[in-house]
Amino acid sequence: MKLYCLSSHPNKPCYILRFKEITIMLDCGLSAQTALNFIPLPLVPSSRLANLPSWLPRESVETQLEGELKECCGRVFVDSAPEFCPPLANMVDYSEIDVILISNYSSMLALPFITEGTGFKGVVYATEPTLQIGKLFLEELVEYLEQTPNKNQAKYWKEILHLLPPPLSDSFKPRSWRQLYTLGDVKNSLARIKVVGYDEKLDVYGALKVTAVSSGYCLGSSNWVIASDYEKVAYVSGSSTLTTHPRPMDQSVLKNSNVLILTGLTQTPTANPDTMLGELCMAVAMTLRANGSVLIPCYPSGVVYDLFECLSSHLDSLNLSTIPMFFISPVADMSLGYSNILAEWLSSNKQNKVYLPEEPFPHGYLVKTGRLKHYKRIYSDGFSTDFRQPCVVFCGHPSLRFGDAVHFIEQWGSNPLHTVIFTEPDFPHMDALAPFQPLAMKAVHCPIDTSLNFTQANKLIRELKPSTLVVPQAYTQPPPAHVHRSELVIDQESRYVISITRGEVVSLAVRRHSAKVNLDPVLADHILASEVRPGTSLATITAALHVKDNQHNIKELPEDPYVPKKRRLSKGDDTLKSLRYEWGALDVDVFVRKLKQEGINDVKIEPNGSGYIIHLEGADTVIQVEDRSTHIYSEASEVSLRLKLRSILMQCLNSF
Amino acid sequence: MLETETHEQIEQHKIITKWHQLITSVVISSAVECSSVDLSRKRELVRRNTDKIAIVRRILFEHIGGKNVMLDCGMHMGFNDERRFPDFSFITPEGPVTSFIDCVIISHFHLDHCGALPYLTEMVGYTGPIYMTHPTKAIAPILLEDMRKIAVEKKGEGNFFTSQMIKDCMKKVIAVTLHQSLMVDSQLEIKAYYAGHVLGAAMFKVTVGSQSIVYTGDYNMTPDRHLGAAWVDKCRPDVLITESTYATTIRDSKRCRERDFLKKVTECIDRGGKVLIPVFALGRAQELCILLDTHWERMNLKTPVYFAVGLTEKANNYYKMFITWTNQNIKKTFVQRNMFDFKHIKPFDKSYIDNPGSMVVLAPPGMLHAGLSLQIFKKWAPNENNMVIMPGFCVIGTVGHKILNGAKQVEFENRQVVDVKMSVEYMSFSAHADAKGIMQLIQYCEPKSVLLVHGEAVKMEFLRDKIKQEFNLECYMPANGETCNIPTPHKLSIDVSLGLLKAENVKYNNQPPNPKRSRVIHGVLVVKDSSMCIMDVDEACKEAGINRHIIRFTSTVKLEDPAPSYKTAEKLLKIFQEKLPGWNVTFADGAISVETVLIKVEGSEDELKSVYISWTNQDEELGTNVLEILQSIGQVS
Repeated sequence: MKLYCLSSHPNKPCYILRFKEITIMLDCGLSAQTALNFIPLPLVPSSRLANLPSWLPRESVETQLEGELKECCGRVFVDSAPEFCPPLANMVDYSEIDVILISNYSSMLALPFITEGTGFKGVVYATEPTLQIGKLFLEELVEYLEQTPNKNQAKYWKEILHLLPPPLSDSFKPRSWRQLYTLGDVKNSLARIKVVGYDEKLDVYGALKVTAVSSGYCLGSSNWVIASDYEKVAYVSGSSTLTTHPRPMDQSVLKNSNVLILTGLTQTPTANPDTMLGELCMAVAMTLRANGSVLIPCYPSGVVYDLFECLSSHLDSLNLSTIPMFFISPVADMSLGYSNILAEWLSSNKQNKVYLPEEPFPHGYLVKTGRLKHYKRIYSDGFSTDFRQPCVVFCGHPSLRFGDAVHFIEQWGSNPLHTVIFTEPDFPHMDALAPFQPLAMKAVHCPIDTSLNFTQANKLIRELKPSTLVVPQAYTQPPPAHVHRSELVIDQESRYVISITRGEVVSLAVRRHSAKVNLDPVLADHILASEVRPGTSLATITAALHVKDNQHNIKELPEDPYVPKKRRLSKGDDTLKSLRYEWGALDVDVFVRKLKQEGINDVKIEPNGSGYIIHLEGADTVIQVEDRSTHIYSEASEVSLRLKLRSILMQCLNSF
Repeated sequence: MLETETHEQIEQHKIITKWHQLITSVVISSAVECSSVDLSRKRELVRRNTDKIAIVRRILFEHIGGKNVMLDCGMHMGFNDERRFPDFSFITPEGPVTSFIDCVIISHFHLDHCGALPYLTEMVGYTGPIYMTHPTKAIAPILLEDMRKIAVEKKGEGNFFTSQMIKDCMKKVIAVTLHQSLMVDSQLEIKAYYAGHVLGAAMFKVTVGSQSIVYTGDYNMTPDRHLGAAWVDKCRPDVLITESTYATTIRDSKRCRERDFLKKVTECIDRGGKVLIPVFALGRAQELCILLDTHWERMNLKTPVYFAVGLTEKANNYYKMFITWTNQNIKKTFVQRNMFDFKHIKPFDKSYIDNPGSMVVLAPPGMLHAGLSLQIFKKWAPNENNMVIMPGFCVIGTVGHKILNGAKQVEFENRQVVDVKMSVEYMSFSAHADAKGIMQLIQYCEPKSVLLVHGEAVKMEFLRDKIKQEFNLECYMPANGETCNIPTPHKLSIDVSLGLLKAENVKYNNQPPNPKRSRVIHGVLVVKDSSMCIMDVDEACKEAGINRHIIRFTSTVKLEDPAPSYKTAEKLLKIFQEKLPGWNVTFADGAISVETVLIKVEGSEDELKSVYISWTNQDEELGTNVLEILQSIGQVS
């Protein structure tokens, strides 16, 4: 069993597992962090961004570099259409992938890169919410980039990486970065997804059974169990033990696996999600009371549902119910609609509402009462008439490089009354804000990441008891921001832990002993076993083996009428059919007595080492008897004697 | 033809009406049991591997692999006394049912499938697990409560379950999602498939060990205006238990039926008549509403269409909430326009019954056995301008069934007699699979045998013959209370050591491909405690803790060949290679081996050579064969 690591970001994972000659891709996350190196794409042309000074390295005489790099407050940005870092392409030929398993909608953004134009022929499995919401994520991303295209295609900066200032100089293999796929690619790619339910056993070419189990992280998020007859690999990616809106995590099936691959832990290990939610509510209230507005950059689904719910009730309690909330995303309507029809994927609390029947999320009600208004774009019909301040705006993209959020930052950035609150943990908030500096508006960092933290992860591992644990290398040492927090790692004591990083391949030793086969009832009927000791029976079997779809079936050997009796010998099967094996020691006295009964009287026995040698005086035949063997030496001409000896000997020995 | 049924009719109806709720039983010696006994005894155990299916009145009871599963738990709509509930004492004449039933599965929310559930859990005292889909769990209690109200409050029946009992009962229900493999216990597994019949309707596969059954409940193989088509994977169950309501009907295309329906409705309202469509509040009603709403919109019709309030709005809300269970079309467009927000359909008020002029009213219940639809029927029946359209199956004993059979007068409990002058139309709108659909489902899942339940005996017989003829499958249609023995081949799943499999694989791959030659596995089956494993003979001995005793024969043949012994050996090698084609003949370290038979030449030049042939007892046949070849050479030279 081999595991390949194709992604450097533990929260946007991409692995390939080879097991029993099946190639499985585990997730295909796309890190959008590379986009932070690029100039934001404003909806309305921004003179500030357009007039940023060009940046050139002192030593460079490269004229082609002209206009590729811009500087803002000491940071250098690439003025070009943003690029993304897809999973490492050259480790495995994508056309060899049999199956892609997707854990949740946030770890599938690289799917079109994998499946389109690569010769990919496999199947993609994901739950219904993962497909539906993942579709929203992909479409939103593409639409953001297409609505504000940047004509520049900068590439020369990649050649002089060593001359650039950090963090640009630390870019990892920028030549492999790619521009985003098209809507057509997204459509084709999503069409390959086969929808699965939790606990649905999927058969992969008869060799493996694959099952998605609830991971508690977001709507439809799943962990995967990949099992053969006797081995089990558990892939745990993006799980949560907190109670929010998704169905709780199902741990029981993950227990006692041979290999546990664990990734997608919290990106903000020092921030408690509950505390952060509290701080967010306070920051919003403070800003609104001071007549300022709040921008919350967000993804179109996920924690944002909980924010609607908590924030609206918090504002109610503060008599701020008249403050409107705006949710702006090309897929806002779909996101709000879908979340309320996915009852089967929700926590039991939310699920029970459907039985009343009430909508599981309050945002349907908030929309009906006008508290929450949603628009595709800021230039959609009605937005400008409905828009009033102070207000709370939820919109994408959390990287602040594209999407309507760029517009709000540009508009509100110079006003200290307004606040931007960062909740999505994917992008360091200071990096996200860098191209907008200097900024007068307040920036509050309340990351809400419900994924497992290290304490929860270590507890989980102890409970799951895997034989081998595989974790991203980053989890074996404290995070760079908290080098002294030695508790922010995965425990490696008393457990076999393998760490893996992008570009690495690890062999996972799984000792396999046996496989399952189906025994045909007709054959089973003909088997006669000999009991060799109480409770243990043996039966020699020679049977036809049928292998179909990696399933082994054992049936009776066919009688082959076309082969004449003599020739059949050369095939061997027939002989094997009646074959038996002798076992145990030979009782020499019984043997000699039997010989005498059969008229062989001239017997001389002499002890020899650990056994005996029996001479048959009349014939030139010697029998050498040992504990575990009997050897008969005879002249070729004495066939009948030899056969007689053989039959006597076999009467004296046990066989199966 | 009046209300009272003769004894014969009741008997007959036991046989030909709703059997969804019947119970089957299967007795199987499981693989584990087999392995723990001496294999020589297994012969008779294997032969006993038969499915026994016992059909009890109105409950389908499944006994599979030593497990008892209750499939649906319905009530009979035609009875008003204790006969409406199933007689559970049939399955357990004495003792509690809980210990006897491993689980209860409810396929969908129709009362003839779940109506007796509160009776079972709250009055009979069943405490085991109950499974149904989420929409069924949401909607069933509403229908149960509705029925309870009619029975207790309107008809004043006693010995009925209470509202609290319905609530308590539903709390015990475990909701399942489609395709989820749910382990009821360590051996019993259930899995739900989409059935299409009504919102949340499911078919269930029940598996114990290597044996499985698929129970369809009611299902529909053609997508309609709001639901998708039933689907099941190629799971090859031992028995497919399918409903056969429309066993002989091959229904014309959906479009034709819809056109017919609309034509009849328009004809009636054109002559100023009133159209009554008795429907279940949930299910068919929504489809007909979509149909009427779009037709009214397109034709710009002004005649009022009413839907009896009460359940309606709530019902439509359920459809909105569980939109993932509807068909692709509705799912795709629900964000823009919800199909269940009807433009032309208005809530009905009882005062409208006597309104003049034409109208269309959809009112529950669907079989005209009680409630609003019956009330409207009584008023409208005597007018020949009016029309009643029965869009579904009616159980014997209901008014619906009577008028469909041409009854011109119906008498009610209070001696009230109503003349039926209105035209009575039957539209097969109820979403059951027709004969074509049933055949299609058989094709989907490839069962080893089929069991037909629910339908009229004559039609079922026709279908049975057709299934036998077309698929060459055994097809059963047990009568009520009859037990059906269905033999099922019992596959034993055992272990094989990987070493043995791999060695075979290497050997097989080294041979030239020959599709006619069967792959052969040779090893020793070790039966120890409750495990069975085939392994290599040496492994097996080790596992069993015994020593092999190897018998070896060595015979000498004298050959006259005046040449160095290696030359003689080379000559012999050639002879063997010629005479034993297909055998592995090799030469190494001065010895020839034919597979495992060793041949060694000894003796110096110009002497008589001694040729030793040595083989083990297992190679006796080959050894003698080699010896004979050598002897024949000796004679020749």
